[in-house]
Amino acid sequence: MIEVKDIVKTFGENEVLKGISAIFQTGKNNLIIGGSGSGKTTMLKCIVGLHEPTKGQVFFDGENFTEMDFEQRVPIRTQIGMLFQNSALFDSMTVEENIMFPLNLFTNQSIAEKRDRANFCLERVNLKGRNKLFPAELSGGMKKRVGIARAISMEPKYLFVDEPNSGLDPKTSILIDELIAELTIEYQMTTVVVTHDMNSVMGIGDHIIFLHQGQKWWEGSNKEIAHTDNQELNDFVFASKFMQAAKEKL
Amino acid sequence: MFTSFGKYILLLRLSFKRPEKFKVYWAEIMREMVSVGIGSLGIIAIISVFIGAATTIQVAFQLASPLVPLSIAGKISRDSNILEFSPTISSLVLAGRVGSNFASQIGTMRVTEQIDALEIMGVNAPGYLISPKILASITMVPVLVIVSITLGITGGYIACLAGSEITPADYVAGVVDGFDGLTIRVALVKAFVFGFLIASICAYQGFYTSGGALEVGQSATRGVVYSCVMILFADLIITRLML
Repeated sequence: MIEVKDIVKTFGENEVLKGISAIFQTGKNNLIIGGSGSGKTTMLKCIVGLHEPTKGQVFFDGENFTEMDFEQRVPIRTQIGMLFQNSALFDSMTVEENIMFPLNLFTNQSIAEKRDRANFCLERVNLKGRNKLFPAELSGGMKKRVGIARAISMEPKYLFVDEPNSGLDPKTSILIDELIAELTIEYQMTTVVVTHDMNSVMGIGDHIIFLHQGQKWWEGSNKEIAHTDNQELNDFVFASKFMQAAKEKL
Repeated sequence: MFTSFGKYILLLRLSFKRPEKFKVYWAEIMREMVSVGIGSLGIIAIISVFIGAATTIQVAFQLASPLVPLSIAGKISRDSNILEFSPTISSLVLAGRVGSNFASQIGTMRVTEQIDALEIMGVNAPGYLISPKILASITMVPVLVIVSITLGITGGYIACLAGSEITPADYVAGVVDGFDGLTIRVALVKAFVFGFLIASICAYQGFYTSGGALEVGQSATRGVVYSCVMILFADLIITRLML
């Protein structure tokens, strides 16, 4: 479980997050949604420690992550897997080397064991046999899947995903969403997904937080979101004609 | 300026923290040494031979007098190569080749979130990315400078064979006459310091890149310009202190 308490983040004069509190439960797909500039990615970066919050605290299973220094954070960080918006694969390494990278640094496994683990992770994301390819030789969807394979290589307790569907076609987007949802249950992870893709929201949103103007505007599940009377949330969720038509049928 | 210098010192301190796993870092150091050393051999060889040859011809031309023995041209050419041309000119060229590569590589990793990915995994990103580059530079730049000195003196000999200003025998007599080991020590100290400056300044510029492709290019340019200025400054200081 991850608990966020009264997080404030300012960049100069600009207050991006204005005191957000939330609890992200284990084994659930927790989604942070909101329009562009609402503070979703900033909140995610504050949780994982890429940004230091101006105020507030983040707890990983009761441990105060915000007050730890770099060294103290390492044991928690080895339990974190993250998929970045642009996958952030290491360009100079092959797919297999990317997946084996955290294993090389933080485990004492033999090369054969690490290779077995990499093969397992690749098989899990349906990329068996692509070990020797470089990131530049992969499509956008394949990069995302390699990113997921790298994220799960250390069997993490926490999975963070930033815009998993950006730049992907609808079919691949659904595959990625389903993969994230399956892995969340399989590894009993606390998964936090930042997205503005409504298919993801309706498909895998066990727990959703809607950010608006740097504040938590609404909280609920994908079953509740269709019936909310929150004006800003409705404007966001049902912005497209397709979603409006879908709402009318509900 | 003081803020940047403070950030530079802090980054260097982070770069030399204890590695997570020495074996992984060792592999990186070896990879960087090959890239810096073997990768730069061609350009260093070309500039050294040509500068050595041109220096010998020019010195012989300037000393064309019946009162000065021609072997002096060989001596001056040797000392110029050892003390100035090989360490300084080679390092300025290396700042362009190796330094821009370091800055753009690290800068690209920054803007494509690869450095964030390292930090999320719990890896000390400055240590993993910067320390192998600095260690490779301070090791390989002196080696390249030795190669450059050898080829520079050889270039002078080739110029003597091909021209009529000075005979090869006079040149060789000048090269071996009154050799002082201190000149080699000065060249190696310069090479060591210049190697450190190139790697650390360019890595710093790359590490603090923000934005996109345009900013990566700007960081690489800044890295090369600042390291060239610092090389010339350090050249003066070392020369003043050691000679």
